[in-house]
This record gives sequence, C-alpha cells and structure tokens, in this order.
Amino acid sequence: MMALLHKEFLLAWRGRARVAASLTFAAATLLMFSFSAGADGRLLQRLAPGFLWLAILLASTLTLQASFDAETQDGALDGLILSASAASIFYAKALTNWLFLAALGFVLLPLIAALFDAQLGALDRLMSVLLLGTAGLAAPGTLYAALAGRSRAAGLMLPLLYFPLVIPALVSSVKASELAFFGDPMNQWGGWMSLLLAFCLIFWSLCGALSTAILEDG
Amino acid sequence: MTRQRVAAAFALVGLGLLSWGSYLGLWVAPPDRYMGDVQRIMYVHVPTAWLALVVFMLAFVYALLFLIRRTWRWDALHEATLEIGVLYTALLCIQGALWGKPTWGVYWAWDPRLTTVAVMLLSFAGILSLRHFLDDPLRRASWSATATILASANVPVVYYSVRWWNSLHQLQSTPKTVNSAMVEPLRINAFGLLALTIALIMIRSWIAEARRRRDLAPPLPEIEA
Repeated sequence: MMALLHKEFLLAWRGRARVAASLTFAAATLLMFSFSAGADGRLLQRLAPGFLWLAILLASTLTLQASFDAETQDGALDGLILSASAASIFYAKALTNWLFLAALGFVLLPLIAALFDAQLGALDRLMSVLLLGTAGLAAPGTLYAALAGRSRAAGLMLPLLYFPLVIPALVSSVKASELAFFGDPMNQWGGWMSLLLAFCLIFWSLCGALSTAILEDG
Repeated sequence: MTRQRVAAAFALVGLGLLSWGSYLGLWVAPPDRYMGDVQRIMYVHVPTAWLALVVFMLAFVYALLFLIRRTWRWDALHEATLEIGVLYTALLCIQGALWGKPTWGVYWAWDPRLTTVAVMLLSFAGILSLRHFLDDPLRRASWSATATILASANVPVVYYSVRWWNSLHQLQSTPKTVNSAMVEPLRINAFGLLALTIALIMIRSWIAEARRRRDLAPPLPEIEA
C-alpha cells in the first residue's frame, strides 16, 4: 500500500504540468459560469458556492480520467494486479485523487472570493466542506474512471455514470458551503456535513469492496 | 417451445387485464372531485411507478447474484431488468408531466419523489449505454453489475438529500379517501402490468442470452465463392 501510494505521488509530481492545466480549466469554467449568469453582482455572489462546486466537479472529470492513463496504456494494470490487491490499488488512487481535488478546491477559494466578491466567512468550515466534499467525489469517481478508461468512448462514459451518482454529495457540499459563506442562522451546517459524511462512508467502503470486479475482470 | 408459451400467456393475460382495468378507469370509475378526468391517468401512472421500483430492485438483485455466482443467466436477466426499468421510469416521467401541468400548473417540480425518479432514470440509462460501449461480455457483465449496485445504493441517499434540500417549499400531497370504484381499476392495471412485465423480462433476457452467445461464438469459417 505504501509503495502504491509512493508510486501515485511520484506520478502526480512528474505530471505537474497536468495540475497546472486542470487548474486553468477550473478557472476558465468559473469565467464561463459568470458570463452565462450575467453581470448582476449580487446574483453572482449568491451563486458563488454552486459555481465553486461545479468547477471542481467539471475539473474532476478530467483529472480522474487522467489518473488512470499510466495504467491503461501498455496494459500496466494487468502487471500491477498480480502484485497488489485490487482494493489497495483502488484506495491508493482514490486517496491521491482526493488530495488533488481538495488542493484544487483550496486554490479556487481565493479566486472565488475575488471574482464574485464573496466573503470567505467561516474559513474553517469551508475547509472542512472542501475536504469532505472532494472525498465524496473521489471514491466513486476513481472507480468509474478505472472502468471508463478501458471502455470505448471513455470521455463520455465517466461523466455519464459519475454525475448522477454524486448528486447527494454535490447537494450537501453546495448547501454546506452556502452556509459557510453566508452564515448559518438556522444551525443546519452540521446536518449537511453528516449527510456528506454518510455519503463518503457508504461509497468509500462500497467502491473499495467492488473494485475487485472492476480491476480484475477483463 | 414451452417457455415461449409461458411468456405469451403472461403477455396476453397482462394486456387483457390492462385493457379491462383501463376501460373501468376511463369509463366506469367516477371522476375525481377536485381533479376531474385528469386524475384518470393515475390508473396507469401508479402501476408504472410500482413496477418500475420492482424492476429496479430485481436489477439490483440480479447484479448482486451475477457478481457472486458468475452465471450468464443472471447477466441476461440483469440486462433485461435494466432496460425495462429505464423504459418504465421514462414513461413515468412523461405521465407525471402530463398530469402535473393541469394539476400543479407545471410540468416539473423539485419534489423528492420526482427528482429521485429522474436521477434513477439517468443513472440506469448511463449503465445501459455503458453496456453498449463494452465489447467483452465478461467486462460488460461484471462492470455494469458493479455500476447497478452503486446506483441502487445511491437511491435512498438521493431521496433523503433532495427531500431535505427542498424542505422549505415541500409540495403538499392531498390526503384522499379513495372510492372502491377507483381502487378496482388501479388494482387490475397493477396486476396486468405485472404480468406484462414478467413476459417482457423473460423475452428480453432470451434476446440478451442469444446476443451473448453470438458474441462468444467462434467466427464462422469463410465461405468460398
């Protein structure tokens, strides 16, 4: 497991051009969202939490897809599966993807604050929403990326399967971020965070258990 | 020959019951006090909803059985239930929109049940197209079974999160005392659709099995001209 994680981090480090590219992509989507919503400053400010998560979601389809490139080319996965269990390969990948997406979210925060004039009210809350929300995206996303990467029409397959699945994670992340941005008079933040935590627990365990079927068959 | 007869019998019984129930629903049952004749769509809408849920539950069970037992029969049944479930949820959305416009004034509302059905339709339609994009039968079977299990596990989570998300403007459902003349066509249609669904699942799984056999068969020798 540690060796696998080491391999993943090494891959991420060597592919740092990709990091810059996905960051640029996320920033570009933010610009596009603002153009599609119009120049009403108040409206944009209100929509900022949703835009943050949409930018992360769209960028994640690219980074998740790319995270399996090294393994799908030349059938390297077949070699890897001989020496490590499917679950450990999956968890190493998912952990790396999670860290990457969380980092992406942290970098986007100041950008959101600047672009939409949004006050980063409770920063500790925002940080924890970002950590937990990206964890919710990473587990199903990694499993479906492993699957989509080896099917035809890979770029189409990943979002088709992954978007409907992460709707609960997206809803609760956006709601929790809204409450962190604009204040929480009804004290609902904890509730949304527990929903998000439940989603993460369910799908981190379920995807790990099902990874054998994806990584070993075929 | 016999299994074809069984399927045909189920289909005929189903169609017969559906026409009888729909006749009762359209002409015999009294119109709803508030909604008028619009309410009559319930005689097909409600059975469609019930059967869509049953069929997706079956899809989940078949997916699980395939992953445990690794028998092609479960894969064929999984494919059949997936496709029929997607068909039923699509019908459900259309029927609901037709009823919603005159009753609620809108075709669509962000009600938890509506939204959950839409998410189910999207998830399972995605899995159906995944099956089309995988050529190797083993990959197709085990990967789509995995996706079905994930999508099914997600259904209750979606329902609760949407209910909570939309809690401020929750639509009130009207409590109604139901006349027995209204219950009868509903029940007949439900059983009719159940019989028709059994026939459809049987036939569709045979098609799936035949296609898989074709995919796995060795290539035919070339015919010399």
